[in-house]
Order: sequence, then structure tokens, then C-alpha cells
Amino acid sequence: MAYVAVKGGERAINNAHAWLAETRRGDASVPDMTLPQIENQLARAVDRVMGEGSLYDRELAALAIKQAQGDLIEAAFLLRAYRTTLPRFAHSQPIDTARMQVERRISAIFKDLPGGQVLGPTYDYTHRLLDFELAEAPEEVMAAMAAPDHAAMPRVPDILGEEGLIETNRDADREPGDLTREPLTFPADRDVRLQALARGDEGFLLALGYSTQRGYGGSHPFAGEIRMGAVSIEIEPAELGFAIDIGDLVVTECQMVNQFKGSKTVPPQFTRGYGLVFGFSERKAMSMALVDRAMRAAELGEDTTAPAQNIEFVLYHSDNIEATGFVEHLKLPHYVDFQSELQNIRRMREEVARTAEQAAVTDSVKVADQSAETTTDTVPSPSLPGLTRQPALQRQGAGCRVEPGNDGEGGVGHSFGRLVSDLANVPDPAKITDPTGGGE
Amino acid sequence: MNTPLSAGFADPVTDSQHCFRAVLEAMSRPGTALRAGAAHPPPGLSRAAAAVLLSLVDHETQLWLDPAGEAAWDWIAFHCGAPRTADLAGAPFAMALRLPNLSGLNPGTHEMPETSTTVIAEVASLSAGHRYRLSGPGLRVPKVIAVDGLPDDFVESWRRNHALYPCGVDLILCAGDMLTALPRSVAIEEA
Amino acid sequence: MKGYNFAYLDEQTKRMIRRALLKAVAIPGHQVPFGSREMPLPYGWGTGGIQVTAAVLGASDVLKVIDQGADDTTNAVSIRRFFARTAGVRTTTVTTEATVIQTRHRIPETQLRENQIIVYQVPQPEPLYRLEPSRIETRRMHALSDYGLMHVKLYEDIARYGQISISYDYPVLVNQRYLMSPSPIPAFDNPKMHMMPALQLFGAGREKRIYAIPPWTEVRSLDFEDHPFRAINAPHPCGLCGATDSYLDEVITDDRGGRMFVCSDTDHCSERQVAGHVGADGWREAAQ
Repeated sequence: MAYVAVKGGERAINNAHAWLAETRRGDASVPDMTLPQIENQLARAVDRVMGEGSLYDRELAALAIKQAQGDLIEAAFLLRAYRTTLPRFAHSQPIDTARMQVERRISAIFKDLPGGQVLGPTYDYTHRLLDFELAEAPEEVMAAMAAPDHAAMPRVPDILGEEGLIETNRDADREPGDLTREPLTFPADRDVRLQALARGDEGFLLALGYSTQRGYGGSHPFAGEIRMGAVSIEIEPAELGFAIDIGDLVVTECQMVNQFKGSKTVPPQFTRGYGLVFGFSERKAMSMALVDRAMRAAELGEDTTAPAQNIEFVLYHSDNIEATGFVEHLKLPHYVDFQSELQNIRRMREEVARTAEQAAVTDSVKVADQSAETTTDTVPSPSLPGLTRQPALQRQGAGCRVEPGNDGEGGVGHSFGRLVSDLANVPDPAKITDPTGGGE
Repeated sequence: MNTPLSAGFADPVTDSQHCFRAVLEAMSRPGTALRAGAAHPPPGLSRAAAAVLLSLVDHETQLWLDPAGEAAWDWIAFHCGAPRTADLAGAPFAMALRLPNLSGLNPGTHEMPETSTTVIAEVASLSAGHRYRLSGPGLRVPKVIAVDGLPDDFVESWRRNHALYPCGVDLILCAGDMLTALPRSVAIEEA
Repeated sequence: MKGYNFAYLDEQTKRMIRRALLKAVAIPGHQVPFGSREMPLPYGWGTGGIQVTAAVLGASDVLKVIDQGADDTTNAVSIRRFFARTAGVRTTTVTTEATVIQTRHRIPETQLRENQIIVYQVPQPEPLYRLEPSRIETRRMHALSDYGLMHVKLYEDIARYGQISISYDYPVLVNQRYLMSPSPIPAFDNPKMHMMPALQLFGAGREKRIYAIPPWTEVRSLDFEDHPFRAINAPHPCGLCGATDSYLDEVITDDRGGRMFVCSDTDHCSERQVAGHVGADGWREAAQ
């Protein structure tokens, strides 16, 4: 068979895209799904895509979900890629969740409190029984609504704060960082950490938060308060000098209250783990609050041993757009590198076989000396003088071709033999430094 | 601001790409003099310096402006939007009409040498004047350049800057519509 | 393309990348953090290379994109199409015609010229990451030129296997100062980086790092005086063009052990065939 180099990548891509479009639409006798249907009836999916896509726009999120056939990470990715092309007109004032139009508000640490416990549209206390009536077109449902309560609904940690029982988190006297503009650097401050968590993968944060509850960095959390509802967004144009309301967005906020035994300078008090996400995403907000608190371990003088307390580990791995890209890039062609590995393995196997052959010859010579220690090592160990010989690298073996290396004399300035003797003298091999300094 | 500001780039996308490529080429092959492109400069600045500012500086980069170049500020503020800093030692970019003492600038840190100052400096000529011999990355063999308008002690001052490597400041020199660059990695001696 | 800026990125983002590129060139081999943006292609699929290319590309440039040395692999096609759509630049498969070459995993066989720029896609810019995963620690090591860890790794390789076992992404020392990942090119390509006449730029989008090697800069593959660096390749001439000095792909031709070796650089191979060079498999085919 004659080999012909693969051509036509472009046509293959076009055909794949056409096929994708066909499968996306599916059976044409089934009505096409509209964006308002997704926005309204798959609202939790829309919330998650807005959060991880880092863009609050229900309609675009619905479009992304439709385009991605319901693959929510793919949908979040579509939203992120679109987001980067948007110009920035203004920076908003911080939202004030104390002034939220609350749809749900619960506290696990007080039986009752000003404003009351408001269950809201929750799955809590539903029995997880498949509802076969939903399979038919269900009748319109109207929930009974209480008259809107305009009574104050203070945030529970604020109530604790009046007594000084919980730490105060002061406003930073600077603009918060933005890791979509500046790359993450360490040590990462809490503002940037919270931003990373708010954009982070729900599943990853859930698992990490869960791990803290099972002893990997636990901090004795209580769900101080979870609230969900609409907050106003305000901007303050420089030419006006006062803030104007430009719209609402729905967010879920979770404040975990955690033990802290105090230190020399700080009396015992509760500390806070904070979660805030777009839409109604309670699981994510709670997980975020657990992980936020876990990442404060070092700041609060606690041991940092668990994965959730390792800031670098959490922040570098929480973004599912980064993660999915890199995991999935393994399906791209890697045959050049694989070929180099193939040649390398063949070369090493040849070397092993050759050494074994030599060993067999030597053994037959020494056959009388049964007391001699036999070795199964197939290559000389560093202590043997054979190390400084030119190895099989330059041999024209059957499995590899050796190419010239660094042109001119070899060596970046280190002698392997010398390194061996250096290693004998230096207790910690990791501390051997500076190949540049050790020139000829 | 009574006199109208001159235009910046006629075609910002194309002109800034062109200017950037000139700076990139000059930084890659130190001492190479290249045409910076077509910017309409403010009073006091060369066309090359104006093009470099438009191409590299914006509201995300603080800029130190030589007090002698005060007349150019309104133009820079309008076209680049860069926040101004009076702190030369902390500025990521410095626009100098005469090259300042390099030891007063931010050389970066060993962990983050890229945070050092980039100095855009006006000189009288990039084709005639004092001769310097350059060597280092980007140059296959040492290269001799002629520049008019650098301080008398420049070679000594640069020797100290180069000795800080990988820290150190980088220079973009401008004269008329020509520019060249001297990255910290290049060694400079009298020729 | 309608609704998007030339080469997709907005001017603000291009300036940010350009500033990082200039610092990278001034400090050869040093990884400069940059505010990498989300691109319409996935992280790990060349977003760093694409951002670098978008920041340098001008209307008069001629772009070549290769993946595994080939112009026609799907990801290369996809990226080339992206720039043809967003920047309208002329594209080519001919190495000598290109002014900007974006590559994944290979350096073309044809020696690059002074007025060319090669942009590498980099999945993992940190050469020490397998030995020390914390970037806080590796940043400190680069600051101190503390590369003992890598020397110990190479030492252990020689002690165990009699040779260094790294066959691609083989670490290099740039300008006698920074240890650098050459990106996952085969070690065969490493010597091409040394004193290359063209400018070499590296973009790692997901890891948000840019680095560079100016032209005519010393790039040494890490080794020992008595165990010098040696690149390896399959011990065959190319089956199509007979080249003996190019990097080879191994192609499985049947399920009875049949295989042939062909140039990984498709442009190099076809140029040679056009010039009349024929490999053993080409002769065989002609005879049939």
C-alpha cells in the first residue's frame, strides 16, 4: 500500500461542523427549543453558566446552553470567550446584599431572627421522587405569595458583629484585583481569591468544601446565613459625582461562621468564610464559603496541611475552562513527541539487552566464583568507574540515529563525573546550584 | 488647553502594529535603527516618541513625563489615557527628553525582572554622533552604532545597569521618526 | 471579520501583550506573566501562541501554521483559518515565504531567516514543574539560578539508564542564565534554537506566560561535559523524499508490522520531491 500524507484537514473540519449542527437540532419533527424556554425552565443551568462563564446575561447564557447542547462547561466557555471581546464602560459600586430584595433567606445558627426565615423556591424538603406528571404538559402552577415584607432583614453575621463576636472584614483601601486583566500572582489576596472561586467549577469547589468537612482542613463551619435575591447595580459616573442605578442582578450569598480561638492580639471570636455567586446557586455559594475559609488558614495562624488550604493548588485548578482545555488537548496529535519516545525506548531497550549480553559473558567467565555478589542492575550504578565512559549514545544502533547535539564541545558547564563527586560531598543534592556559575 | 491637540495615529490599528514591530525588531537586534511610523506628535516630542507612546502606553500603565516635556502632557493624557506619576523610581514607563540617571530607575526584582522601567528617551540623532560598540543576545557579531545626545557618562552608567542583569532598565531611543532600542541584556562599550 | 477587531484581539489587549513581549525579548528565557485572555479556542490548544501571533501580526505579514510539522493537521488548519478570517492575512505552507510561523511541537527543517518570527505554542512554560509543582518555589529557583534539581534529575537518569531519558521538551539554558522549556518539540529540534537568525517567541495562554529568545542567542541543551547532549531520530531515510537529515514520523501501513518513515515537516518533504528527490517507497511505487 502506498502511503499518502493526510490531506484535507479543512474539509474534515467543515464536515464535522455540519454534522454537529445536525445533531444539535436533532429530530426535526420535535419543535426547536427557544431561548425563553431555556431561560425560564432551565434556570439553574442558566445560573451556573453565568457564574462560571463570568458574565451576567440570562439570554446569552441560554443561547450558549442551546449552542452547547446542554454541555454546561462548553456553554460557560462560549460565554467567557464572548465576554473578553466586550469593552468596559464603567466600574460598578460594590453591591450591597443587606439591601437585597430577598427571595430566600435562612440561618442555621438562630431559630428566629429579624426578618424571619424565608424558605423561598428551594429543593430542600422536597422528596426526591420522579414526578411523572411533569412528563405530560403540567398545568400552570401558582404559588401562594405573602405580601412583600419591607421589614429590615439584616445579615446574620452583622448581628453577631454588633457584639464584636465576629471578625470585621474591612474594606480594602484599594481597588480590588481583577484576574481577568492581571495574571494570578502569589501571595494572592482575598479579593482575587474570591474572584477565582466565584468563577470556579462548582464540582471542584463542592469536592474541596466537602473534604474540609471530613477532616482535611476543617474549620467548624456553621451556615450563618444564606440569602438569595435581587440586588441593584450602581455606577458613579465621574461627571455626575453620585451613584445611579443601572439594573438588578440576582445573586446567592453564603456566610459561614467559623470558630477561632483568638491569638495574642485578637480575642476569641468567630471568623467568616464568604461565598457569592450569580443567580440561584446555593451549593456553589456554600462550597465557596467553605473553601474561602480554608484558604485563610495561614492568615489565621492555623496549620496548612490540607488541599483546600493550599491557595496555589486551589486557585490554579478551580477554573474549569482552563482545566477542560488542557485535559482535552491530549486528543490533539502528539505523534512527533510520541515518535521521540518510541525511539528513546527502543534505544534504551537496546542498551539493556547489550548490557545483559555482556553480563552473561562476564558471568560465564566468573562461573566458578559463586560467592560473587550478582547484580540485576542492567546499567552501571553511579559508583562504578564505567560511568565516565562514552555510553551507547553515539553508537549507530538499529533502533535509533544519533544526531549532533550542542554544536562545538559538549556540556553546559557541568561534568557528569564532577557532579557525581559533588553529590558525594554535598549532603542535599537539591542545593547544588547555578549551572552558569560553574563554567570551564 | 487653547491650541487644538494634534491627531495621534491616522490608523491606530495599523500604525501601532507597525510601530510595535519596529520596537520589537530593535529590542531583538539591539541598536538597529528603524522607522517608527506615522504619528503626529505633540509639542516637544519627536514623531518616533509619540508613536511609541501611542503603541505601548495606556490607562493600565503609569507614565513618568520629563518636566521639560510638560507641553506634551495634554496630548498624552488624551490619546493614551495613561495615569501620570511623579515617582520616576516606580514608573513602568518613563518619557525623557534627556536620558535620566539610570541608577534612579526601577530595575525590577530577581523574581520579577520584567517590572523594571522602560525608558523612552529623545536623542539628537541615531545615525551620527558618539560611537558605541554593542554585543550580546540579538547580535551575531558586535555592532557599532552612532548616537548623538546620550549623557557623557552613558557607557559607565550602562555598565552598572547591565551588571544588574537579569534586572535592569530597557531603553527605547528616539530621534525624528527613527527609533532604536537597548535592552538590559546588551553590553555597551566605547567604539 | 464583522464585529471583531483586526486579528480578533482588541487594541488594549494587544498593547498589554506587546509590553510583555518586549520585556521577554529583553530578558531571554525569562517567563513574563501576562493577562492572558479567553480565546475562542480552548486553553491548551494554542491560545498563547494565538495571542502572541495576533499581537505581532500586520496586514503585510504572510502566516504559516504547523502542528507536528504539518500544515494540514486539523489544529493547524483551524488556527490558520482563524487568522485568515479575523486578520485577512495571506497564509502559506512554504516555510521560506512566511514572515510569521506559528508552530506546535516542531521547528521547520529549513533554516529560518533574519526577518522571520517563529511563535511556539507552549502548554507548560515551567521547565521545572515535574520536579517542583509549586510556581512560588520555581519562581524563586529561577531568581537564584538554582537549577540543581534539574541536574540531579539528569544525573539520576544517567545513573539508572546510562543516558538522559528526556526525548522531547528537553530543557535548555538560554543566554547562560535561564532554564527554559523549548515547548514539546523533539530533542532533535533543540540545536536549531541555538544562534537562530529568526526571533523566537513563546506563548502559554492557560499558564499566562510569555517568553522569548532574540536572534543569535546562545541556547544550550542541558547536559554534562562527559555526557554531551545527543538528539535522536529514526535510523532511516524518508520513504518519500529520501531525506536523511529530517525528523521522521513512523507511519503504520498495515497490521503485519508494515511501516514506513516519512518527513514530519510536510513542506520540506514536498519541496524535496518537487526538486526530484525520491525515497525508497517512492521508487517502489513507481516500479509498480
